[in-house]
Amino acid sequence: MTEYRLEKKLRSLLDKDATSTFDSVEIDLKDPKIATVIAWLLPGAGHFYQGRHGKAILFMTCILGLFIFGMTSGGGKVVYASLNTEGRKIAMICQAGVGAPVFPAWLQMFRMEIFHKKEPILQGFMAPPRSTDPSGRFDDELAAWHYDFNFRFEVGTLFTMIAGLLNILAVYDAGCGPVLVIPHPAKTKPSPDNDRLQEAYK
Amino acid sequence: MMDSFLFANFLSLRLWYALPLVVAVSLVYAATRHESMLPILQHAWRIAVWIVGFMSIVFVILFLLEWHYL
Repeated sequence: MTEYRLEKKLRSLLDKDATSTFDSVEIDLKDPKIATVIAWLLPGAGHFYQGRHGKAILFMTCILGLFIFGMTSGGGKVVYASLNTEGRKIAMICQAGVGAPVFPAWLQMFRMEIFHKKEPILQGFMAPPRSTDPSGRFDDELAAWHYDFNFRFEVGTLFTMIAGLLNILAVYDAGCGPVLVIPHPAKTKPSPDNDRLQEAYK
Repeated sequence: MMDSFLFANFLSLRLWYALPLVVAVSLVYAATRHESMLPILQHAWRIAVWIVGFMSIVFVILFLLEWHYL
């Protein structure tokens, strides 16, 4: 069990005015490694494990909500993993931050691009675009997706990427607790305690 | 007339996609800085105002440039 007492120590070191932004809350992070893994697998789950239910609901609602909104905007086509599609790797790396919700994309990628199966499973959910457009309108399926969903395909991709990046912040919070906001030296009253704190963080 | 129509159309459609993004980013960022819900919401509000303000400034600059050159 790891007790999170750093904020309390900082509070005792700082002047009353300078600590107005700090919360005087002790946090039991339980096993931070387990919490980190769970938090990555499902946004907010790590905080549920630690008993931090308010933040768990907040992270789950915001991150999964953004991810689902992005998926819906892009017609469910914006999350896929592909080794062949140019420029796709950065998007997938960012989206992977959401954890388990992108596992079907990896499954489809392994199936279609590593094991060279022609047809996707799960009715094509999160499957990479095929080299030929099944509807016959365009040269490849990706062009058809861009045409069908227009700017919403880009917006959906962006939303799912940002959801993944936000979950990395949530994972850090589950593993290490909240990031402390150290008051700027110019904005705090001069005192020996404040000077000691600023020196400690240099 | 055409500019006004495009401006109204833009406001009524694509700009609203920024709303869930601003809300989610503000809340998650603020939640990684605090533990209690009240400081989280206060911090999130400040971040949201900052983001919307920054976007508004960029929007006005781009709109004036477009209005001036087209």
